[in-house]
Amino acid sequence: MISKKTKFWGYRRENGRVGVRNHVIILPVDDLSNAACEAVAHNIKGTLAIPHPYGRLQFGADLDLHFRTLIGTGSNPNVAAVVVIGIEGGWTQKVVDGIAKTGKPVVGFGIEGHGDHETIKRASAAAKKFLQAASEIHRVECPISDLWISTKCGESDTTSGCGANPTVGNAFDKLYPLKTTLLFGETSEITGGEKLLEARCRSPKVWKDFMAMFDRYQAMIERHKTSDLSDSQPTKGNIAGGLTTIEEKALGNIQKIGRKCIIDGVLDKAEAPTSPGLWFMDSSSAAAEMVTLCAAAGYAVHFFPTGQGNVIGNPILPVIKICANPKTVRLMSEHVDVDTSGLLRREMTMDDAGDALLDCMLRTANGRLTAAEALGHREFVLTRLYESA
Amino acid sequence: MIHFVVHEKGDGVGVVVVEGCAKGSKATGWIMDPDSTVRVELKNDIPIGHKVALKDFKVGETVIKYGVDIGKVVAPIKKGEHLHVHNVKTKRW
Repeated sequence: MISKKTKFWGYRRENGRVGVRNHVIILPVDDLSNAACEAVAHNIKGTLAIPHPYGRLQFGADLDLHFRTLIGTGSNPNVAAVVVIGIEGGWTQKVVDGIAKTGKPVVGFGIEGHGDHETIKRASAAAKKFLQAASEIHRVECPISDLWISTKCGESDTTSGCGANPTVGNAFDKLYPLKTTLLFGETSEITGGEKLLEARCRSPKVWKDFMAMFDRYQAMIERHKTSDLSDSQPTKGNIAGGLTTIEEKALGNIQKIGRKCIIDGVLDKAEAPTSPGLWFMDSSSAAAEMVTLCAAAGYAVHFFPTGQGNVIGNPILPVIKICANPKTVRLMSEHVDVDTSGLLRREMTMDDAGDALLDCMLRTANGRLTAAEALGHREFVLTRLYESA
Repeated sequence: MIHFVVHEKGDGVGVVVVEGCAKGSKATGWIMDPDSTVRVELKNDIPIGHKVALKDFKVGETVIKYGVDIGKVVAPIKKGEHLHVHNVKTKRW
């Protein structure tokens, strides 16, 4: 049973935050720098390149989000040190300066004027030093209140709503009083259940801030919508799994925040929370986009309930899969970390299921690799707000 | 043995949680809150994860699950039938 006395073994970073992994990442500022980053990660075994397709000719709020996501990813406590590579030096330095505020080792390289070969050579030398230094950092015992846990569900079906999602809710209800920092989001997947959240908000201001984000998202969908959102909400997979409408999906989604914890505040995409509690982050409901934003907001462990069997992972954020659908557990067992299918046979109580997830969470925090990590799932997907200039 | 799960007493639908629920079979449902059971004769084969109607529905009626509105009926549904996208639609978007 988890309590205020529960501890885990984590990496305490220069800024006091605690991570559960010790990655040295090679982070491209833009699509053009992916090749150099991957070459460095190939040269220096044990470092991790995080390629992505964006970062050129973005502007305004979309560019702000790009920087916030990259700086947030580098600043995440699961990352020990960062080598940043961009096509030119200006935006590269901006990302380096943002990450440097955490106090962790970070250095940047611009490719222009040097070429890939010279850049890879210099960046590899830096990466080697960072990796060897990181390999000497030891885990230390940390109070449970140092753990930040995010959640998002995916490839949901009706068993998500009655099994896997309330398992997360049960765990969140147990984690909240321990002063942990929790997060949920998926703005469009609250549709039909938004009124239920009013009673869960800390104050009328939190409710007002939430509804401003919710209404903005709804207006965006109204502007672009097609019938049933072109089978995107619910998705084809959701419908195959038995979910009929967005309202039904949303009510299942909301089970993830349990019955007791209170929504203490709302965050913009990739924005870091400022105190313990449960936070709502305005975000897409697409799995890899949302989990990438959780990692950029600084979260160290992620709870991912699924029904039909989503396979997602993240380069730096361990993603724990919970599934209550007996067919999925049978057909896709290699992806499932916590099997709660006993819930639907009345062989397991919700308290049992929540405790099984918390046990897996502590083991994961202490270093056990999740299914997604063992299978090499490293989905890193940047959220875009609009077209490039 | 439990064949389907109902979130709350008063919900108009149950979720099939085992494979092989066939037309004509008598299915037992577990109402989670308050803890009780209900039996329904299935009028269609219903795949795992899909919903069974626990009452007759007319076009235009609201379907309740979790004690909350999850959409409107667009084709008549009999108790024991498969309730899904062919007979229920969202009220949003």
